[in-house]
Amino acid sequence: MEQRQAILVLADGTTCYGKAFGAIGTTGGEICFNTGMTGYQEVFTDPSYYGQVLIMNTVHIGNYGVADIDVESDSIKIKGLIGRNLEELFSRRKAQMSLDEYLKLQNIVAIEGVDTRALVSQIRNQGAMNCIISSEILDPQVLKDKLNEVPDMSGLELASIVSTKVPYELGDPASPVKIAVLDYGTKKNILNCMVERGAYVKVFPAKTSLEELKAFNPSGYFISNGPGDPASMEYAVSTMRGILKEEKPTFGICLGHQILALANDIPTFKMHHGHRGMNHPVKNLISGKCEITTQNHGFGVDPEAVRKAENIEITHVNLNDQSIEGIRVKGKPAFSVQYHPESTPGPHDSRYLFDEFIEMIQKHIA
Amino acid sequence: MPKDSSIKSVLIIGSGPIVIGQACEFDYSGTQAARSLREEGIEVILINSNPATIMTDPMMADRVYLLPLNVESIEQILEENNIDAVLPTMGGQTALNLAKEAEDLGIWEKYNVRLIGVDIKAIDKAEDREKFRQWMIRLGVPVAPAHTANSFLEGKEFAQDIGFPLVIRPSFTLGGTGGGFVHDASELDEALQRGLQASPIHEVLVEKAVLGWKEFELELLRDSADNVCIICTVENFDPMGVHTGDSITVAPAMTLSDTAFQLMRNTAILMMRDLGNFAGGCNVQFALDPESEGIIAIEINPRVSRSSALASKATGYPIAKIAAKLAIGYTLDELENQITKTTSAYFEPALDYVIVKIPRWNFDKFKGANDTLGLQMKSVGEVMAIGRSFTEAVQKACQSLENNAVGLGYYGKSGMRSEELLEYIKTPKWDRIFRIKDALMLGISVNTIAKATYIDRWFLYEIQKICNIEKELGNYWLEELPTDLLRKAKVHGFSDEQIARIIQDGSEEEVYEKRKAAGITRVYKMVDTCSAEFEAKTPYFYSTFEEGNFNESKVSDKKKIIVLGSGPNRIGQGIEFDYCCVHGLLAIKEAGYESIMVNCNPETVSTDFDMADKLYFEPVFWEHLWELIEYEKPEGVIVQLGGQTALKLAERLHQKGIKIMGTSYDNMDIAEDRGRFSDMLKELDIPYPNYGTAYDVDDAVEVAKKVGYPVLVRPSYVLGGQRMRIVINDEELEKAVISLLKHIPGNKILIDHFLDRCQEAEIDAIFDGENFHVMGVMEHIEPAGIHSGDSNAVLPAFNLTPLVVTTMEHYAEKIARALNILGLINIQFAIKDGKVYVIEANPRASRTTPFIAKAYGIPYLNVATKVMLGANKLTDFTFEKKLNGFAIKEPVFSFNKFPGVNKELGPEMKSTGEAIRFIKDLRDPYFRQLYKDRSMYLSK
Repeated sequence: MEQRQAILVLADGTTCYGKAFGAIGTTGGEICFNTGMTGYQEVFTDPSYYGQVLIMNTVHIGNYGVADIDVESDSIKIKGLIGRNLEELFSRRKAQMSLDEYLKLQNIVAIEGVDTRALVSQIRNQGAMNCIISSEILDPQVLKDKLNEVPDMSGLELASIVSTKVPYELGDPASPVKIAVLDYGTKKNILNCMVERGAYVKVFPAKTSLEELKAFNPSGYFISNGPGDPASMEYAVSTMRGILKEEKPTFGICLGHQILALANDIPTFKMHHGHRGMNHPVKNLISGKCEITTQNHGFGVDPEAVRKAENIEITHVNLNDQSIEGIRVKGKPAFSVQYHPESTPGPHDSRYLFDEFIEMIQKHIA
Repeated sequence: MPKDSSIKSVLIIGSGPIVIGQACEFDYSGTQAARSLREEGIEVILINSNPATIMTDPMMADRVYLLPLNVESIEQILEENNIDAVLPTMGGQTALNLAKEAEDLGIWEKYNVRLIGVDIKAIDKAEDREKFRQWMIRLGVPVAPAHTANSFLEGKEFAQDIGFPLVIRPSFTLGGTGGGFVHDASELDEALQRGLQASPIHEVLVEKAVLGWKEFELELLRDSADNVCIICTVENFDPMGVHTGDSITVAPAMTLSDTAFQLMRNTAILMMRDLGNFAGGCNVQFALDPESEGIIAIEINPRVSRSSALASKATGYPIAKIAAKLAIGYTLDELENQITKTTSAYFEPALDYVIVKIPRWNFDKFKGANDTLGLQMKSVGEVMAIGRSFTEAVQKACQSLENNAVGLGYYGKSGMRSEELLEYIKTPKWDRIFRIKDALMLGISVNTIAKATYIDRWFLYEIQKICNIEKELGNYWLEELPTDLLRKAKVHGFSDEQIARIIQDGSEEEVYEKRKAAGITRVYKMVDTCSAEFEAKTPYFYSTFEEGNFNESKVSDKKKIIVLGSGPNRIGQGIEFDYCCVHGLLAIKEAGYESIMVNCNPETVSTDFDMADKLYFEPVFWEHLWELIEYEKPEGVIVQLGGQTALKLAERLHQKGIKIMGTSYDNMDIAEDRGRFSDMLKELDIPYPNYGTAYDVDDAVEVAKKVGYPVLVRPSYVLGGQRMRIVINDEELEKAVISLLKHIPGNKILIDHFLDRCQEAEIDAIFDGENFHVMGVMEHIEPAGIHSGDSNAVLPAFNLTPLVVTTMEHYAEKIARALNILGLINIQFAIKDGKVYVIEANPRASRTTPFIAKAYGIPYLNVATKVMLGANKLTDFTFEKKLNGFAIKEPVFSFNKFPGVNKELGPEMKSTGEAIRFIKDLRDPYFRQLYKDRSMYLSK
């Protein structure tokens, strides 16, 4: 059967023709790219990608199908998918279905057969922008008009949308290590990494008040990753300030890192085109060791402001562009990293951060 | 940690002559290491006995020793130089073994030399199978059940315990020499014997065979601060059971989930960090159970390797270059990414293309050799292709092979029926992928093939895509071929010629014109290590077809010269031509042109990203070349440096009106065409053996009668004396002709009178249109009848009379003038009863050009290239031949890879490599032995 046509239109007018894959329909969002060569399913289900249309740079996607063991949340979070070769046929004993079936099932529109490398170069040079994919409307002009309806990522609060609606618990309730997780769109494996290390975690909705968190009587706080512009999350920043006053071990990842910075009056900014992939080199300035990290962020913390802030110590830097990858609050048991130490997908080099967090809590309660 | 300033001079050990399992990839790594260290201000001293290498060029190191790779040579070097450290990880297993031997003898300690890049005390556990196993068990890494046996009896006992199928792996051997599968008890005794004999310590590992598991390789770098990163993950198309050097391999891994990949990554890092204390590169191999996704460790190589050379070309990340810097103390985070120049060397390359490597075999040279692929490497070279999909890359790789494939398919008569095919593909052989495609074309299902071959279904689905397009194409004549379908075919790597053959309509050129008219044109994309995430500065490109025709290779306004490479290594055409190409590139730059390299051999220095001004990693295949020429519009193309591969494209270049730098096509054709050449010799009054040509047996017998037996029978236009035979009567002649025509139908057969027991000699020379310069006169130790590539050649002549030498030089000059040579020429002579005959002339760089350049210490390739370009005359140079005594070019063979094949030499070349040996005079005992044995291996 012949594949249907599909069109991709970028905010700057760039139009690409390709073939339809996944659900038939129209979708829009901010275009971004991920350079990882394995773990597409984990990426697609990562809540931090909410609102994004994703280009996979690696040229074959779908080769090993999809399996229920490889999800980072209960559904696909990307808005749309762009690939060079998206594969219908797959090979993996553990897989349950093909990528095509998976996308159709979750109503995700995708386009393949486009020059993804040219698109990536364009985004690299011109920055992130909105885009629209359609396999039902094949008139670029109509799509350009529709593109205006796609909201701008700057100033967009998305965390509360992907956050859990009701609190839930994981791990051994008898554990002395009790962690309150503020869910702004957490990846499953972050929670696993804590539970595996013996923690009992309770995951709270994004807008949970400090009082409710305290009622759980946690021995530590975890502030999760998530989508959207951190600067639009007043509520989270104020909760974070309250948490810091608690003087309990606190760990933030990605969006959580940005919230920790904002709570210390360090501004965040929208990056030119973000970091997304699993090969980003980071140096731990405390230990001097390097780690290859998984990253997924379109916003960053202002490096100048961090360097000026007297109460903040830079713990990690990116070796490619010297951007801030990790901080800790001087005199307080609070630290955060911009990258994803739970790394699904990606190298396990940074898992030690969970060890450090748990140890910190254990020391604190001892 | 910054550079260790106590290291001021480093000895690099090369890998010696090319043999199967250890080829020019170590010239590439050695060259990179030498350049990398010298750019740090470190003095580099180098030892290698292989004269065809670039690493042994005076420009690559401060001091080069062309000496045999043994401890005596090492001691001599250490005596003569003040060396601080030795880097033994760049020269394959040969260098590592030599370093170990020297270590055991206390030589390094005696001269106060540090070993860098490896922990020599720790490598035993990587090299010794049993120690490796024990080490893995200690680390908690799964391995296949196995026992080490030191005797035949022990081996049999263990085999009984473990059960069949099993593997015999000898300890301390190269490229799996002597190893093999044992499917049942009947095969055990022979395999065990062979394995024990192959091992220098009479030790084999008897191991459970994990046939059908998938195989992966990881290339790692580690620095002195224990930072580790994975440069590349390579997946083998062929499942476990085929040596990785003989496997079709693909990068990035195509069928690996992230969970499975991270398990491998973690395990590989664990292994590398536990392999003593060293900074450098290493390679780890795993087998993966497709059911459970569990893995077992197969081996670890604490050095750069064939795979790391491939990984460097596949990713753009120069592993050997960085490994050398790590060895002298740098940490990864202190170094920059050599491709982007703005980001860190500590990272893991991301690929937005697929590379496919296909090995190149030469079974035709080893009559009686078992051509089933297994644990022991049998291929002599390889090609790599880059595409934006597996289908495109695999078809481009086929087009690179130079074995008449025009894509994945030969389009000749396969002749095999479904059942035969299905049976055939169960055994891995060189043509298995082609037969799998035939099977799919015949409608055999992916499932059935997967069960028969254990090849992952994903690869078979991709080949199925190729078949589907091929079937679709078959429905049309060229005229009515829909543009969409034509585009689809091109996107999936079909060549124009392949399309013409499938539709059985039109020519390659017509398909080309049709698609160009439809706007279906190649674009060039960059290999940048980072999937375009960062801007890269390095001009390393490959072609593909993309919607939108976005081109990344910008054509400069400089005058350009394209150098055609020599493609995959094979017997008769190897590293020596890469040496020539590299020097050509440098000379082109010196002459003020932009140099552009086209080649597809990942083992080479010519495909290093900073050798040419621009590198196109492309098949040396007409369509790709022509489209590139149309795009780059070069001043001209150099075909003299890339061996027969490059030379054979001259005719079409000429037809298209493209300037061939140096000798014209017509004159090259005279030299190549036996008839025209002999007519010319006749005119010049130069003697040549009587000859004739024939197209069938009857003709041949007539000709033989006329020229007189014994006669030399050979096909025209072949490499390395392929299928050449010496016959002494009609009966033998008939057999030879029939066999030849069966393999090369329609070929014009050349029949020469064979000058029995005559002496052979050759001359390499340069002619600039006015001046003639003899680079060297070489006399073969062996009498005629042995291919010149397999002969020991002595420079200068040692036994020929001055009159004979002068006559040879005189003839050579006459020929060069008559052919209007501009650049290089090689002429082969036979001398019988004082009379000099010309046997053949090659209007290009020859196998011996690098040897002469090394022996005399003169940059002949640089001179020759500038002459070809017309940039210089010979009179612009002075030639001072620095050679005391004689230099011998000794052929090196790989017969030990083919048990059961006799070391019998004849007119067909069999050697895989060569070494150089300097002797003071003819009393030299080594020379005397060679001279005494000169007729020992003669087949006739």
